[in-house]
Amino acid sequence: MTSTTLAPRWHEMPPGAVVRELGNSASIDRSDWRLERPVRDQEKCIRCRLCWIYCPDGAVLELDKPYINRNGRRYEVTYEFDYRLCKGCGICAEECTVKAITMVPEAL
Amino acid sequence: MTLASTRVKVATANEAAAEAVKDVDVDVVAIYPITPQTTVVEKIAEFVANGDLDAELIYVESEHSAMSALIGASACGARAFTSTSSQGLIYMHEVLHIASGMRLPLVMCVAMRALSAPISIWNDHSDLMSVRDSGWVIYVASSAQEVYDTTVMAYRLAEDPEVLLPVMVAYDGFIASHTAEPFEPAGRERALELSPKRRTWSRLDPDSPITMGTITSPEYYYEFKYQQVVAMEKALEKARELERAAQRVLGRSYGLIETYKIEDADVALLVMGSYWDNARLAVDEARRRGTRAGALRLRLYRPFPLEELERALRGVSVLGVVDRAISYGARPSGPIALEIAASIGRRLDLSLVSIVAGLGQRTVTVEDLTELAVSLENARGARDAHLVTRFYGVRGL
Amino acid sequence: MKVPESVRDIPREELFVGGHGLCAGCVAGTIARHLVKMAGPNTIVVSSTSCVEVSTAFYPYTSWRVPWIHVAFENAAAVASGIESALKVLARKGAIDPSRRINVVVYAGDGGTFDIGLQALSGMLERGHKVTYVVYDNEAYMNTGIQRSGATPPMAWTSTTPVGSKVRGKEGRKKDIVAIALAHGIPYAATANPAYPLDMDAKFVRGLSAPGPSLVHVLMPCTTGWRFEPRIGIKLARLAVETGMWINYEVVEGRLRVTTKVPKRKPVEEYLRLQGRFSHLTPEEIREIQNTVDREVDRINALAGEIAIGPVAR
Repeated sequence: MTSTTLAPRWHEMPPGAVVRELGNSASIDRSDWRLERPVRDQEKCIRCRLCWIYCPDGAVLELDKPYINRNGRRYEVTYEFDYRLCKGCGICAEECTVKAITMVPEAL
Repeated sequence: MTLASTRVKVATANEAAAEAVKDVDVDVVAIYPITPQTTVVEKIAEFVANGDLDAELIYVESEHSAMSALIGASACGARAFTSTSSQGLIYMHEVLHIASGMRLPLVMCVAMRALSAPISIWNDHSDLMSVRDSGWVIYVASSAQEVYDTTVMAYRLAEDPEVLLPVMVAYDGFIASHTAEPFEPAGRERALELSPKRRTWSRLDPDSPITMGTITSPEYYYEFKYQQVVAMEKALEKARELERAAQRVLGRSYGLIETYKIEDADVALLVMGSYWDNARLAVDEARRRGTRAGALRLRLYRPFPLEELERALRGVSVLGVVDRAISYGARPSGPIALEIAASIGRRLDLSLVSIVAGLGQRTVTVEDLTELAVSLENARGARDAHLVTRFYGVRGL
Repeated sequence: MKVPESVRDIPREELFVGGHGLCAGCVAGTIARHLVKMAGPNTIVVSSTSCVEVSTAFYPYTSWRVPWIHVAFENAAAVASGIESALKVLARKGAIDPSRRINVVVYAGDGGTFDIGLQALSGMLERGHKVTYVVYDNEAYMNTGIQRSGATPPMAWTSTTPVGSKVRGKEGRKKDIVAIALAHGIPYAATANPAYPLDMDAKFVRGLSAPGPSLVHVLMPCTTGWRFEPRIGIKLARLAVETGMWINYEVVEGRLRVTTKVPKRKPVEEYLRLQGRFSHLTPEEIREIQNTVDREVDRINALAGEIAIGPVAR
């Protein structure tokens, strides 16, 4: 038998194979899917929200973190990547209207 | 219970099933016509139309959707019901497995009927036998009264937190479904006393959201299936308790099997469903002709009441199993005979005779059953009698 | 539940989270996020067997933060019918709070909708269950490995419509699922596209607010099945609209309105040439597709009563 001893025993599992831990897939590290990682230039980012809107993986975080750029422009939010969830698809970089996101190859 | 408190009605098994659905206050009913089940849902629709039952009726476009809609309803915590027959049962086969796998306490009545092809709207047990491994608890009732009582009882068993399995209440199409006989409904108060509404199962609730119907890897699937094995074992135990509860609340119970003159029987016939009345008459007639005959009826088919059967069969030297379906190419070819051969045939040191009869509602009379009972004597001591099935009544044999 | 007027109105809270197993760049994830953002926490989602189902509810994990259920491939609409009916009767009997409004939403693929699920969908629409049915259409059975469906467009390569000397991809046309849904006399049906998120989200809200069943048909470019670079999924969805391969419209009480107007269309070739599934097409075959699209544009313009989608500008 190939079953590992780490997995729960039959009586420890919920009848009907339901999952009660909501949204627990967000705890899965998908970073090893990535060939390239998106890197954001916070100076160029105009907080248009499009990367957050389009991301299929909820990997763009919209944070209530003020940011003041070199020209003195203050933003109330900052967008950052959750690199555990990001699969490196590049949609954010492709859709960014001001080219604030660059796809950078992951070190092998 | 006093006679004054009773209210005897005359009804078919179909109407009795509908009456039970009303009395246990079912919330959602999926309705789809197929002969001979149809008058169950017609009667329920009448109860709803007259305000005797507050339920949502879903006029589904197929039996597949009937079972699917019930799964959705039950997943929200509703008490759900449907009934079907024959091709309809087979059409919903896929979803039967899902209902049990999701551990949803549905109840369904099945007015048993033959399967196509050729098409036959008449009765036998081919439909039920095709779904016996779908993880449902299966009762086979033999009278309108029993259909009523069992449908009420079914919700208590299904919703038992240690069981959580769907329950089928089967009975013979036409022979039971369309034959009126006296029966006594318990009424809503007593029906709900026996089967109170308790939402004991995992369900969809925005206040406490869960994910249902997941996909599993080889790492997890098997354990969930084993849980169903254990739930069936539990259901057997609970079904025994349920008979005692029914006796207490309804004033009636049946046991998981019924027997007739089995105590001193030398040969015995085992039947399911409506043949029970004729089997008992045949026992009396066989005894008049000098054969010490007895009869048994399987009332609970899944889980299989092995202990009860073994106890009853002690002392019987030849058992004739009358199947009303064929397991083509199997030896024996009667599905119940096959199971008995596998489970108890050798242990009890009895000879087993497999008989297939009454397919597509070919009439089997008391005389036929008497002849079958008497003929069992010929198999005394035959160790391999069960390897050949007797296709009783086929012209040219 | 409000129609968002700007991208700022889209709720930040994620009710569909990442970590799921959808392919990198799979915009089914984007659509799902928006659908549940619009519907909110008082929502039950039903999924048919599909890529989304196997990727977002992989035991012991789930990506859903709202009640979610999957039963089988062909029956999501029937399951949703049962849920909607149960919620009604349970509220009436006081088993659940009758003042609470719970949305019932189906999120199913094209195979589970156009083909195997069509009967259950028709039943649900005919009976009038208040369910919003969202079909994400990636134009083939992607979950099983890119087999042709009733939603596959003409001449597309799939694994069951291989391109050879005699057969040039899918033969026949793409089923018009919105027309089928509308034939049931439902109050709301729409097409949507994730490249136009505000339009898509508004349609989800209008579907959810409709006084009966609603259907939203969403184009979902599939990086794996259509064979394009994952980063251009949204760009392709946009090109589908810009070329007229896809028209964003809605039909409210029988009246059709184009919601994304395209005064000057791009040639379909711009959409087709980015996808491996169309790489075999000859210039003549592309012209044939262009002609089909031109006719469909004329048909929609006629229904809209205006030139909402303009001519091809070369």
